[in-house]
Amino acid sequence: MIEFRAVTKRFDDGTVAVDHLDLSVAAGTITVFVGPSGCGKTTSLRMVNRMVEPTSGTVLVDGVDVRGVDPATLRRGIGYVIQQAGLFPHRTVLDNVATVPLLSGWTRRKARARAAELLELVGLPRELGSRYPVQLSGGQQQRVGVARALAADPPVLLMDEPFSAVDPVVREGLQDELLRLQAELDKTIVFVTHDIDEAVKIGERVAVFRQGGRLVQYAEPDELLSRPADEFVSSFVGRDRGYRRLSFVEGTGIEPREVPTAREEAVAGERVAPDAWTLVLDGEDRPRGWLPPRSTGDSAPPAERVLPGGSLYTRGTPLRGALDAALSSPSGLGVVVEEDGRYAGAVTAEEVLAALREHRVGPEEHTGGTR
Amino acid sequence: MTLSWLFDPAHWSGVDGIPVRLLQHLRYTLVAALAATLVAVPLGLFVGHTGRGGLVVVGGSNAMRALPTLGLVTFLFLVLGSGEVSALVALTVLAVPPVLAGTYAGIQDTDRGVVDAARGMGMTGWQRLWRVEVPNALPLLLGGVRNAVLQIVATTAVAAYVGLGGLGRFLLDGLRAFDYPKMVAGAVLVAALAMVLDLLLALLQRLVVPKGLRLAAGRRGRVPARAVERGGTDVAAAAATREGTSG
Repeated sequence: MIEFRAVTKRFDDGTVAVDHLDLSVAAGTITVFVGPSGCGKTTSLRMVNRMVEPTSGTVLVDGVDVRGVDPATLRRGIGYVIQQAGLFPHRTVLDNVATVPLLSGWTRRKARARAAELLELVGLPRELGSRYPVQLSGGQQQRVGVARALAADPPVLLMDEPFSAVDPVVREGLQDELLRLQAELDKTIVFVTHDIDEAVKIGERVAVFRQGGRLVQYAEPDELLSRPADEFVSSFVGRDRGYRRLSFVEGTGIEPREVPTAREEAVAGERVAPDAWTLVLDGEDRPRGWLPPRSTGDSAPPAERVLPGGSLYTRGTPLRGALDAALSSPSGLGVVVEEDGRYAGAVTAEEVLAALREHRVGPEEHTGGTR
Repeated sequence: MTLSWLFDPAHWSGVDGIPVRLLQHLRYTLVAALAATLVAVPLGLFVGHTGRGGLVVVGGSNAMRALPTLGLVTFLFLVLGSGEVSALVALTVLAVPPVLAGTYAGIQDTDRGVVDAARGMGMTGWQRLWRVEVPNALPLLLGGVRNAVLQIVATTAVAAYVGLGGLGRFLLDGLRAFDYPKMVAGAVLVAALAMVLDLLLALLQRLVVPKGLRLAAGRRGRVPARAVERGGTDVAAAAATREGTSG
């Protein structure tokens, strides 16, 4: 557990970066510090491993005041991941990952063996170990950065905007990977970002900071989106926070309906002339696209008229995916699939909204929403 | 004419022969380069690592670079008296700025994120310096040494003016006697020595600069080793120019 007790940081030029911060991070959870630049989120993070010393107040890690611990020793016991990874360009990937074990006096052989395990843990092939950082993509470098932070198996992990320098698709992959790792490792993670989407996706608890180093709200993501504490938070979490909140609404109320389907081979063999939107399935029942209803004067063979499908909604996952599937589908019907990707049915946007109404919302959420 | 001078066996023996002069030149160069490195590298590491005194170092080395070579050599000759010591001190003083600047720039050039990560992982100041900053500074540091060596080779030739030995003797004595083949031969030998030394240092650089950094430099499309060098390698021309202005 990490505790901030009345922590203030005032820099030499008089700027207050963190203003009387009281906050505790529960062990084994991911806590996200989010806010605009200059809000003190990074400074707060860096006070945990004494990269920054507070002007007043106390920071405790597992009940121990960090000021009483030698900085180098303290830091070796806390994983540290930064933006663009900060890998040592002159060392191989394997030796980068082995850094902290080597500093802690492990033998080279043992440290490297451990490093190789970690590369696999973060989803990188072992062969990458002999490469140099410059030979890796941004996403791979960031994975190595995470592996390096985990090498000595520290209970606490500090992550300072670790994924903000990679493109959105890669970022999403890294976020999923982090959540998967966390389910396995159960670390106490403090994660700093300026991206509210990332914050509500990654965080079990989210702390919103504003300029001047003030903590304005500390809550679970669902609550943050449904009940922002004030004007600042509601504008920071953004206009589509209602839509974003669907990420936290369980999709249990969705009953997929049957729609006309056809096999790919049948479509290719021109044996279909549908009267309604027809979902094309491959040999393993996986959706391939939509065949529009036959219209007069359309002479193109069916195989050429198949439209690519929208996003797929996996049964049982949050409602956001169901609504997106319906909205992105050319037929207006969102395709529902089982976990293994097989067709399960379809759902309309209206049905998703009906399911949402079923999921009762308390009256106070409406006041939160109309601000 | 020059070739026949160079290949005349009479010029390859005795106290004023090519081998003796070459070894003298080499000795001055190595002593001055070593002395300059011993002074400049620790200072550059300190300033680069702590960030303290950067302004003084940059300003100071620029001011030192502006010193007229021959003026300094003559001045020290007058102050410290004749002999090798004054010449070697002058050569060392001239070689300090490039090594200092290269070392300082190399340390400062180390990616801030990399240094921050090193600190955050629990490296002490010394560990950070030796395991992160120095390896990353090597290309620029060695570039500074190469630059200094070229400068010493050129200046040593000029220092023959105050009675120093070395290949500069051929230039100066040739000029006095209107023996142009001898002069040109001297210039050619100085240039050849400079190129050979630079080649050797380039080889050393290739051996000691970590592979990851060389790959990174290749990606960026530049060769950092030469980034702080100024001017070309045409030492003979430089020596001749200085000779001309002094005469």
